[in-house]
Amino acid sequence: MNMNFKSWLVGTTMLAMTASGAFAEVVLNRGNSMDPESLDPHKTSTVNEANVIRDLFMGLTVQDAKAAVIPGAAESWTVSDDGKVYTFKLRTGATWSDGSPVTANDFVFAWQRLTDPATGAEYAYMLAPVVNAEDVTAGKKKPAELGVKAVDDMTFEVTLNAPTPYFLEMLTHQATYPVSKANIEKFGAEFSKPGNMVSNGAYTLAEFVPNDHIKLMKNPKFYDAANVKIDVVNFIPTEDKSTAMKRFEAGELDMNDDLPTEQLADLKAKFGNDLKIGPYLGTYYYIFKIPKAPWDNVKLRHAISMLIDRDYLAEKVWSNTMIPSYSFVPPGVSGYETRTTDYAEMSQIDREEAAKKVLGELGIGPDKPLKMEIHYNTSENHKNTAVAIQEQLKPFGIEISLVNTDGKTHYGLLEQHGDFDVARAGWIADYKDPANFLDLCKTGAGNNYSEYSNPEYDGLLAKAAAATDPAERMKDLSDAEAIGVARDLCVMPLLYYSYHDIVSPKVKGWEENVMDVHPTRYMSKE
Amino acid sequence: MTDIAAAPPKAGRSLWADAWARLKANKAAMVSAYYLVFIAVLCIAGPWFTPHQFTTIYQDYNRVPPSLSAYPKPEMLDLAVTDAVRRSRVDLLSWEQKDGKIYITVTSAKPIDERMTRYIDRSSVFEGAQIVDKSADGLKVILSAEIERKYFFFGTDNSGRDLLTRTLVAGRVSLAIGLLAGLVAVVIGVLYGAAAGFLGGRTDEVLMRIVDILYSLPFIFFVIMLVVFFGRNFVLMFLAVGAVLWLDMARIVRGQALSIKRQEYVQAAEALGVTRTGILLRHVVPNLLGPVVIYMTLLVPQVIILESFLSFLGLGVQEPMASWGVLISQGANNMPGANWLLFFPSLFLTTTLFALNFIGDGLRDALDPKDR
Amino acid sequence: MLRYVIRRLLTAIPTLFVIVTISFFLMRVAPGGPFNQEKGLNPDIKANLERVYHLDESLLMQYLRYLWNLVRGDFGPTYTSPDFTVAERFANGLPVSIQLGGMALILALLIGGALGIIAALHQNKWEDYSVIATATAGSTIPTFVIAPLFQLFFALSLKWFPVGGWGDGALINKVGPVLTLMLPQLAIVARLMRGSMIESLHSHHIRTARALGLSDYAIIIRHALRGALLPVVSYAGPAAAALLTGSVIVETIFSIPGVGREFVFSALNRDYTMVMGTVVVIALFTISFNLIVDILYAVVDPRVRYD
Repeated sequence: MNMNFKSWLVGTTMLAMTASGAFAEVVLNRGNSMDPESLDPHKTSTVNEANVIRDLFMGLTVQDAKAAVIPGAAESWTVSDDGKVYTFKLRTGATWSDGSPVTANDFVFAWQRLTDPATGAEYAYMLAPVVNAEDVTAGKKKPAELGVKAVDDMTFEVTLNAPTPYFLEMLTHQATYPVSKANIEKFGAEFSKPGNMVSNGAYTLAEFVPNDHIKLMKNPKFYDAANVKIDVVNFIPTEDKSTAMKRFEAGELDMNDDLPTEQLADLKAKFGNDLKIGPYLGTYYYIFKIPKAPWDNVKLRHAISMLIDRDYLAEKVWSNTMIPSYSFVPPGVSGYETRTTDYAEMSQIDREEAAKKVLGELGIGPDKPLKMEIHYNTSENHKNTAVAIQEQLKPFGIEISLVNTDGKTHYGLLEQHGDFDVARAGWIADYKDPANFLDLCKTGAGNNYSEYSNPEYDGLLAKAAAATDPAERMKDLSDAEAIGVARDLCVMPLLYYSYHDIVSPKVKGWEENVMDVHPTRYMSKE
Repeated sequence: MTDIAAAPPKAGRSLWADAWARLKANKAAMVSAYYLVFIAVLCIAGPWFTPHQFTTIYQDYNRVPPSLSAYPKPEMLDLAVTDAVRRSRVDLLSWEQKDGKIYITVTSAKPIDERMTRYIDRSSVFEGAQIVDKSADGLKVILSAEIERKYFFFGTDNSGRDLLTRTLVAGRVSLAIGLLAGLVAVVIGVLYGAAAGFLGGRTDEVLMRIVDILYSLPFIFFVIMLVVFFGRNFVLMFLAVGAVLWLDMARIVRGQALSIKRQEYVQAAEALGVTRTGILLRHVVPNLLGPVVIYMTLLVPQVIILESFLSFLGLGVQEPMASWGVLISQGANNMPGANWLLFFPSLFLTTTLFALNFIGDGLRDALDPKDR
Repeated sequence: MLRYVIRRLLTAIPTLFVIVTISFFLMRVAPGGPFNQEKGLNPDIKANLERVYHLDESLLMQYLRYLWNLVRGDFGPTYTSPDFTVAERFANGLPVSIQLGGMALILALLIGGALGIIAALHQNKWEDYSVIATATAGSTIPTFVIAPLFQLFFALSLKWFPVGGWGDGALINKVGPVLTLMLPQLAIVARLMRGSMIESLHSHHIRTARALGLSDYAIIIRHALRGALLPVVSYAGPAAAALLTGSVIVETIFSIPGVGREFVFSALNRDYTMVMGTVVVIALFTISFNLIVDILYAVVDPRVRYD
């Protein structure tokens, strides 16, 4: 027993010495606010999964340190004149981590796998622009009928339903990443385990201990391995944000992708420039149940919207980590003109007067209050937001009661179009395009929780989807937003998200961007 | 023989008198009892006397530290003025404080709307704002406003609500939950345990088997499902929690019932033809009361702790209501910055649980016949 | 004795069956499902997922399927982490929880027991009062207050321990979680030990032993302690089951990959198979520890016999 302990002690000391001395591996400890559900690119959906998968795999296109689209597994590509056929030339010399080449067949296999109903991929719709993709996922067509083709080993051809200007942008999403056909045929569902997984990105999977860490090692076979400066990346789940800050302070984490915003003032004083806060492509909004009276009255919806003091929410409730919002699509999509509600520029007092007038016409006032229930899912900030709105509307005769439920109950209620008045929701862009937001108000869309339905709006979106000229498309989308959001409030925008990270000054090459995307391959550590 | 039938009530009285005397001699328990009464009165009546509502949000006072002197502090005025002026979308030229009033000079490129005084009034720092002087072109205005004095003895929370009032209101909720759930558990436990013990035989076996099974059912899972299912109506929720916590009580009562049944005086009474109800009232109830009261004092703190655990998971009572557990878990999230958010609710919770524990100990010593 | 153990193990089977059945249906009554999330799924994709996990079948069919798999020792896949099966998640988390819980339990029993004895031997003296006061404090301050305070003081100010993380099981990483897990238990053990020790010291056979001139030390160890252990043993059973299956608060705050979090978050995530797995594991632990306690009873107290 005693001997064992001694040898264990010697062993660990030696280990510690080799780790710090001889090799001087560069290790980056990245806090990731949630553990990935899966490391199989086709079974993932969240931002936290994307963070890890972006290091492991490489799509046809990838994002650079500033989130601009650059060539990835594809060296170059050509687009047919009608904008519907993309031909990708794969990178010569790019291989999987086992040394075998990445071929067009791997992409055909991967995309068929993503759309195949048997995979049960949550983000199968990322390939919706591809011919037959939606029918394959719905089980109406065979995966082999998907509009993709391996012209030869190094040439991958994709046929789209309509010209899709944001297609290359979509390809940066992890759901479209390739997986090795040979690898999956060998291990099946077990392929995503450490030891089994073969990947084509800058890193390979070494360990995955759920709730503890995911360890990635530099992939020596990566085509750009010479420029990859960090040898080991540990993704550490940091569900408890307060603990994450303490671990950052103690040097156990080099960075984290979330902050406890309620402590922001203290964090600013302590960490100063290590905090990175900036606009992010996401919107925090409330929805009215539009078919339910009295919320079918668009004037009432606007009156309530006008009474909400968004500046206060952004400044005090969210400590300036959010930005007041009057449109659904956040600014930051190039070529798109955001359309805001017409009171966006009014002062809060003018808004309140206007709202009071409308409420007066509807016979609502402090002596004749209107009852309204706000549903929100469990979170400190959602709660504080709802509490603030409750107090803001009270003097005008809107009596709000708050209903907090856990996330599953909340979204279950919304999805089944259950009974509520007003509910919280949020949307973070999957890729940089307004349609990714505006599709949510389309008649019958899965995430159309307000049950808004307007043929004019749907028509504009359809027109945009078929447009060949990108500028014209953006114009149609913009007009759609003016009708569906600014005029009809299919969603009631409250705030734009911003990313809030904390990064140690030792980490170099971390660049701020609206997608909050930070692949490790561009970073280094002193 | 008649002596035996007549003796128990007398013994009962003396037992209670005796116990009471012993409880009174136990200083820790008595101090705790007074303290508990004090806390209860404070929580129930206190919120009527504090100068704030527990729901009111003071926009300019979020996360201000506790202080015995009035807010606003002199150094806060500048920020309050700038904030209010910025929100009315005009430019601040200067401000000064004179005879307890504040004078603000603002300017703008467009003529200034006189309604801007409302922005000043809306700030929780000022009241009675009015325009004192206006330049001819209407581009420059001097306003005056009174400074509103407010006291936050416990500071305020992240939303700018008075923590003192919230702690007291939360105390009502926590104590009510503890009592309610405790009562439910005791009632179910006593009825169930007594039924098992007195009916005996096959019924007893089946009833206790059910208790065994429920014992192995994961408690956390059960509570989470109940909370999720009942929504977050706290009365229903804690009726549910109480309905889960009755298992121990049932076992204790059954054990007591079994031993009482075997007591000679009970058997004698039965032989004498005293009715079942008579036996229950005269012999069983007084004998059970001791363990039940003791168990109850242990159960109440247990429920309050359980409630705080649920709050930590985000399953506590609905806003804008609060319980000590809700406040503490918020406070723990705000460490080390706004430590008062943790300190005051914790102080109330901990001391109350302390008191309940000492009372429980005191009652046990007082009621335990072995010690006599 | 052996026959008794076998009989107890056999009665555990129907108990488990009832528990599995109650939990299965109770869980399904809760609103929402595993695939409800902020970004809702489109109906086709949701249908595909439900087909993959057999959630499109009737509830009764799913129940029978689950029972059949369970009988064959298959706990099924998890919905919220498809890379792992339920069994693999437990294989990962249980060793961690057992190490932490075991250490916390042993420490609580040893230290709490010792404190309880000290308090009992000095009844109503300052030693007694200070033990009782600290013990009460330990059980009244919520764990989620103690844990962050520990981190702030010992990890950030004094830098003695890491703030969080499992560190592949390094001893230094365990100190914080073990201490915070132990504290409430220690308090309860100390109080229990004190109470039963006082009772035991007042009992007839101890008085007789004293009258016979046995030394105080011999009396305490050989006689009083033995009688006083019973309530502690019966408390330790359920406590062990609770501790070994982890604590969600300690694991969340110290970032420990144990199974305690699974119990809570699988229920909140409606990860049905994982919930059922946790129910079975907790039930098994509870049943076995109750059995162990009953056997220990016979060991500690020769008057107790099973046949």
